[in-house]
Amino acid sequence: MFGYIYTQTLKIQLLESILNIRNVSKIYQSAGRELTVLDNINFSIKAGSTVAITGPSGSGKTTLLGLCAGLDRASSGTVELNGIALEKLNEDQRAAVRNQYVGFIFQNFQLLPTLTALENVMVPLELRGAKNIRSNALALLDKVGLADRSHHYPIQLSGGEQQRISLARAFSNQPALLFADEPTGNLDAETSEKVIKLLFDLNKDAGTTLIIVTHDLELAARTERNIKIKGGIIISDENPTYVQ
Amino acid sequence: MSNSLPKQSVPFSWLFKMAWRDSRKNRARLLLFISSIILGIAALVAVYSFKDNLQKDIDAQAKELTGADLVLDSRKGVSKAMQKMLDTLGNERSQEKTFASMIYFQKGGGSRLVQMKALEGNYPYYGSIETIPLAAAEQFQSGRNALVDQTLMLQFNAKVGDSVKVGDLNFKILGTLTKAPGQTGIGATIAPTVYIPLQLLGKTNLIKTGSRINNKFYFRYNDPSGIDEWVKKNDSKLEQEGFDADTVESRKEQTGRSFKDVNRFLALSGFIALLLGCVGVGSAIHVYIQEKLSAIATLRCLGLKSRHAFLIYLIQVFFIGLIAAVLGAALGTGIQFLLPLVLKDFLPIEITMQVSWPAVGQGILLGLIISVLFALPSLLSVRKISPLNAIRLSFEKTGEKRDFLTWVVYLLMAAFILAFTYLQMKTWLQTLVFTASIAIAFLLLILLSKILMFLVRKLLPNSSGYLWRQGFANLYRPNNQTLMLTVSIGLSTAFICTLFFVQGILMSRVTLSSGNNQPNMVMFDIQNTQKGGLDSLTKAFKLPLMNQVPVVTMRIEEINGKKASADTNNRRAYRNEIRATYQDTLTAAEKITAGKWTGKIKPNETVYISLDQRYAQQIHVELNDKILFNVQGMMIPTVVGSLREVNWSRMQTNFRVVFPAGILEEAPQFHVLMTRVPSGAVSARFQGEVVQKFANVSVVDLDLVLKLLDELLSKIGFVIQFMAGFSMVTGWIVLISSVLTSKNQRIKESILLRTMGASRKQILAINAIEYFFLGVFAAGAGLILAISGSWALAKFTFDAAFVPPFISTLLLFGSIVLLVVITGVLSTRSILNQPPLKILRTES
Repeated sequence: MFGYIYTQTLKIQLLESILNIRNVSKIYQSAGRELTVLDNINFSIKAGSTVAITGPSGSGKTTLLGLCAGLDRASSGTVELNGIALEKLNEDQRAAVRNQYVGFIFQNFQLLPTLTALENVMVPLELRGAKNIRSNALALLDKVGLADRSHHYPIQLSGGEQQRISLARAFSNQPALLFADEPTGNLDAETSEKVIKLLFDLNKDAGTTLIIVTHDLELAARTERNIKIKGGIIISDENPTYVQ
Repeated sequence: MSNSLPKQSVPFSWLFKMAWRDSRKNRARLLLFISSIILGIAALVAVYSFKDNLQKDIDAQAKELTGADLVLDSRKGVSKAMQKMLDTLGNERSQEKTFASMIYFQKGGGSRLVQMKALEGNYPYYGSIETIPLAAAEQFQSGRNALVDQTLMLQFNAKVGDSVKVGDLNFKILGTLTKAPGQTGIGATIAPTVYIPLQLLGKTNLIKTGSRINNKFYFRYNDPSGIDEWVKKNDSKLEQEGFDADTVESRKEQTGRSFKDVNRFLALSGFIALLLGCVGVGSAIHVYIQEKLSAIATLRCLGLKSRHAFLIYLIQVFFIGLIAAVLGAALGTGIQFLLPLVLKDFLPIEITMQVSWPAVGQGILLGLIISVLFALPSLLSVRKISPLNAIRLSFEKTGEKRDFLTWVVYLLMAAFILAFTYLQMKTWLQTLVFTASIAIAFLLLILLSKILMFLVRKLLPNSSGYLWRQGFANLYRPNNQTLMLTVSIGLSTAFICTLFFVQGILMSRVTLSSGNNQPNMVMFDIQNTQKGGLDSLTKAFKLPLMNQVPVVTMRIEEINGKKASADTNNRRAYRNEIRATYQDTLTAAEKITAGKWTGKIKPNETVYISLDQRYAQQIHVELNDKILFNVQGMMIPTVVGSLREVNWSRMQTNFRVVFPAGILEEAPQFHVLMTRVPSGAVSARFQGEVVQKFANVSVVDLDLVLKLLDELLSKIGFVIQFMAGFSMVTGWIVLISSVLTSKNQRIKESILLRTMGASRKQILAINAIEYFFLGVFAAGAGLILAISGSWALAKFTFDAAFVPPFISTLLLFGSIVLLVVITGVLSTRSILNQPPLKILRTES
């Protein structure tokens, strides 16, 4: 049984293996028939590493990201994030886990349109009732070079700027893992490069485990490990640094 | 080694903060969504305020309504014992005799049937008879003077000082009567009043056999505290003597009761408008939440719990609902000042309108409850929004099945509607009938609109132009509000059209003489000695003698050997005076439904009478029952020989009780004569002659009666339509709200079409066609419902035929469709005025 630790006195034990996926499958019911999107996936990810999950469209990589991040429940198998078995948790408990340990970067930025840049960055901290929220958020905005745009709304920002705000938000709660779903999918090449550089720099500073879902092989090459998926199964796992 | 599950503590204040932030850029939209309930709340607050103020004023002015502490009235003569009792009552007494009689204006020669009041004493003791000049009310009893209602003065262009003939006497008009205690504006229009001194009534020779006189006795007490108890104690004696008692308390109750039904109707009309608004709110909030899907999913990714997401939007709806309720209450407080103007002809007292805080409070609470309740099903769906929606929609659509809580909310909605209706109706049967009717109307509208949509889909040829096909297809776009709009516009259409049709049915029901061979004038109170003279006068004017019948006044003394005192469940049968006739053949309006018709009897034979079947039911009498009649002192035993079905709407004299010829010929009686006058001028001259030569004979111009009825129904219709208007405007607001809700989708569609080369005109045409279809479905469904409902009412309630007036129906249909098209097209026009790229940049 798990005991409760109040989030104000945070004690994170960094495990050698921060993410363990064991015999995970995901099956959907679609138009009256079963659709196996993921089939018996197994891998583990070392804390602090950078991993790319690549594959063609429809290969199941986004579904896998969703399962790893606790956004969804596997049909079978276990997903252990930072030592917590996600399949045993209800949705609200998974939400608490996400708030505590996980950061997200989305392809379409997913900034809340009615919040300013600063308020967007503050949300994860506000959810966990942290202190010095405003100053921490401003510091992060400064790190991504947008401190002077803190009071602007997403609609007033370009795509690259929005993604940088998204980066700041993702790192605001000092996550143990950061999931990025096609982070440069909606950006031009030049902006993509800037955002990726920023992503890796921030990640290096924070020591976060970075998991990027992408079909961009150049981006994948910059990570330490590349898990390739096709047809719902892992077809290759290059430069594995997982713990057995 | 594993980590512990983190505990999340989100302060409540953050939820409010987040609700505030999230509502940025949406506040105007949210207010528009909720604005659909503003009018409903306004209507209810206006009605509640009116009710409160009316009750206060009735309480304050109850004494002025009765004019005395105790009023005793009877249509029977006053027995010696009763007179003895009357002489002991009160510290001050007045007497009044009221009856229908003709009045003749000497100057212009005009005449009319009026309500004559012959008064003696200082009545009214509270309030006053208002006249111009003021002093006339106090002075008229001192001479041969009359106070004449202002309606009559206007109609006959009479002035104070002119002379009027009442019976055999001429009176000087001492003053124009503007108000009498307890009189309403509509009452004065239908039965205008003339006051004369009671001591001169005898000299008018108006009181004859068969005259229907109402004797009223007014009493003022120095200490009125025991009056109600006295009335209670003497109730059976008063009833025996044929007297009704009215005190300040009973008049208060009675007046309040008369308006209770009006208030109920007004409140329920307002409630229908509110329900329409709620349908709009529910639908608009549903679309709003759908648009928030992405934002909510993102927040869930970041760690927001489902119940917190629900609370954020609940807080938004709560505050917007509160604002709308306050706005509605404020508007209602203003509108309440209109209600006395709308109802002024029906009010017997002066109403002083002021802000009713209880009404305002009720309105705000109601608005709040209803906006939250009807938004709840959509708000509850927020809990089911998966964080997966932030990365993409899942294959499995979670949360589409309604969970237990949603069903609980639906039950709460139904319970709320039932509870509110019960508070107005006070009886469960009526509550259930009303609620079921609303539910059936909603379901029927949904069904009808689906059928219409299906038919158009099937019948719209594939070869029809692209614009038509696209316009129609737009009704099926994702998150469309087609069904909701057809229900809200359709229901308000059905409501207004039903009222319009029912008004027509009621008018046709009372339109008695339209053909050239139908009588349009009736004369009654014709004495035996006057019959020959009146016949000659009628023939001298070359008018036909269309219907001449004798009328004998009598009372029921016993039914099957039981008197009134023993037949306690049937007291009414013995109380009321009966006007019967005798005839040897059935008329064209009569049909025997049971028993055998006896047209003539010989002396000493059993008197077989014929009763109207409905009357027989009312007095609990069947075939072969024995009834003993008291014909002005003479007892006549009879047996019920037959029952008749009477066509009461036919233009002739009809009777509940018909004797055979051979028994009543020598009884005291008066006669009724009907004729047809060809024009207003002939009518006026003929009436004038009749009044001059036969002062006691009353003449009723049926064309005037119809005109008055038309006026009355129009006034009633106006009140009803005033309230129904709230529904119509609410339906229109719901339409505007829906158009604006779907604006984003329309923008995208418009951009796509313009990118592909569509012109502004073509896109406008597509929108116009879309709204055209919407208007057709809504108005069509509403009209079908209205026509069916009106037909059912005509057949089962009014017992009349119903044929929808073609032109009016077409005009109604066309107006509603046009309104919908104009509203829709005007709202979408702004999208077309800008270049697509600009919109793309703005909306991306």
